[in-house]
Amino acid sequence: MAAPIALHLEFGGGAELLFDGVKNHHVTLPSQSEPWDMRQLLAWIRGNMLKERPELFVQGESVRPGILVLINDADWELMGELEYQLQDQDNIIFISTLHGG
Amino acid sequence: MEEDVLSLRKQLMEKDREIAFLKGKIDQLGKDSESLRQLQDKITLHAPLKPKASLTNADIMRYSRQLLLPELGVQGQLNLSKTSVLVVGCGGLGCPLAQYLAAAGIGRLGLLDYDDVELNNLHRQILHTEQGLGQPKALSAAQALSRLNSAVECIPYHLQLSPENALELIQQYDIVADCSDNVPTRYLVNDACVLTGRPLVSASALRMEGQLTVYNYRGGPCYRCLYPKPPPPETVTNCSDGGVLGVVPGIMGCLQALEVLKIASGQGSSIEQQLVMFDGQETRFRSIRLRPKQASCAVCGETPTVTELQNYESFCGSAATDKCRRLNLLPKEQRITVLEYKSIQDSSAPHLLLDVRPSVEVDICHLSHSLNIPLASLENKKSGDIDQLREKISALKTQMKTDLEVPVFVVCKLGNDSQKAVQMLEKMSGCELERISVKDICGGLMAWAQKIDPSFPQY
Ligand SMILES: [Zn+2]
Repeated sequence: MAAPIALHLEFGGGAELLFDGVKNHHVTLPSQSEPWDMRQLLAWIRGNMLKERPELFVQGESVRPGILVLINDADWELMGELEYQLQDQDNIIFISTLHGG
Repeated sequence: MEEDVLSLRKQLMEKDREIAFLKGKIDQLGKDSESLRQLQDKITLHAPLKPKASLTNADIMRYSRQLLLPELGVQGQLNLSKTSVLVVGCGGLGCPLAQYLAAAGIGRLGLLDYDDVELNNLHRQILHTEQGLGQPKALSAAQALSRLNSAVECIPYHLQLSPENALELIQQYDIVADCSDNVPTRYLVNDACVLTGRPLVSASALRMEGQLTVYNYRGGPCYRCLYPKPPPPETVTNCSDGGVLGVVPGIMGCLQALEVLKIASGQGSSIEQQLVMFDGQETRFRSIRLRPKQASCAVCGETPTVTELQNYESFCGSAATDKCRRLNLLPKEQRITVLEYKSIQDSSAPHLLLDVRPSVEVDICHLSHSLNIPLASLENKKSGDIDQLREKISALKTQMKTDLEVPVFVVCKLGNDSQKAVQMLEKMSGCELERISVKDICGGLMAWAQKIDPSFPQY
């Protein structure tokens, strides 16, 4: 059994508007037999945190185009994207790209 | 006697001041004509900048404070003077960017914008003035920059960047600064920079936040490497919808200028594989390590599929403008004009006017008899708000003393959100709410201000 893990989730660039306008969330993922990965985290966010219109955040099993995911201040592409195994105290940022000027 | 002398002296001083002002104006006009090119409505070829062999005494005086920096020095300054920069968009980012580039002595600035100066631009687009209202932004910016530094050649382009003209324009410049305000233009500028091999210094801002990256530079990723697919159009918020605090694009435009100056002077930018994020709410900067150039990228990858410019509006599903889109979600029978609503209001027929804008907008202005329940509250079925709506409708039903459905008219700023709300309320009618007949008011409160009540504020 993997122990429960605590994560700091951050939403920015407007993505926070899907989460009651709150940018910082401290969450604890319950223990489960396998270690948690990003794919499971996204499903967990969808099930536990997103109230309405989940399609504005997730598409398929990943995030929708235009949202950049950062794991401990690095582009998640460098970390294995959906396969990344979450560690206790990880900092995960979901940032919506801005286009205005 | 003494008083006469005093009065004459005073007059003389005033005349002196007037003469100095007129002389200055003549000088200025002379200089303007040298450095400020005519407003261009199509792309023409400009001769490449000639490198200067050395700095003049006036140059040394003017740039002395930056010449003292070992990071810049004389060679850096000479490099600036032979560099041309294309500024795509003369708005909240483009204005401070171009201002610092001109002040620092960049050789040539291409200033591109298809819009005219509007009053609601002035809080952030700091090169434009009240006197310039209605003028093309490109020209207004070029004039301001020529006043600041007449040695900088300013070429104003009053046109929309398109797949037809982008390559011809961009290949005439050494560095491109993306200060645009919409998604299709960002993909267009990126692809054109990849195809012409130009570094792209790109910034964006919205509300209290900003982002900055240098693309297609020293082997780093391009915009498409990061965002291979455009965001769904309904998830894109622009400044005219979401708002923006003027100083935030100001900060981002200044950072953008810094990176352009480092590239132009020869120091080089250090953020070719980084995203700099600024959060103005918390006054915090953060630098993020980005992915490298992607082998699979459609435009800069190993087997590119984008080898010429495309139709970016259809690729992104949205128009290359930050003006609001007009949705058409409802059949004609479910929409009424502001004129029709005015007569309903005048007849004092019982009805509910539901304003679905966010409360921050309702604070700016609203119609006195409206009930405000933001669209988001309807979407989230926020219980307090839904209760309030239900009570309001029941009370009207009692007042009407008939079996007829209660008429509900929905209004927002421009008539987009109100249509979404009508669709939502239709589903609630007869189950969560009494049976209602619900319609949206076409064009929203801005149409009301234009056609019914000119004293109603426009924003
Ligand atoms: Zn690329």
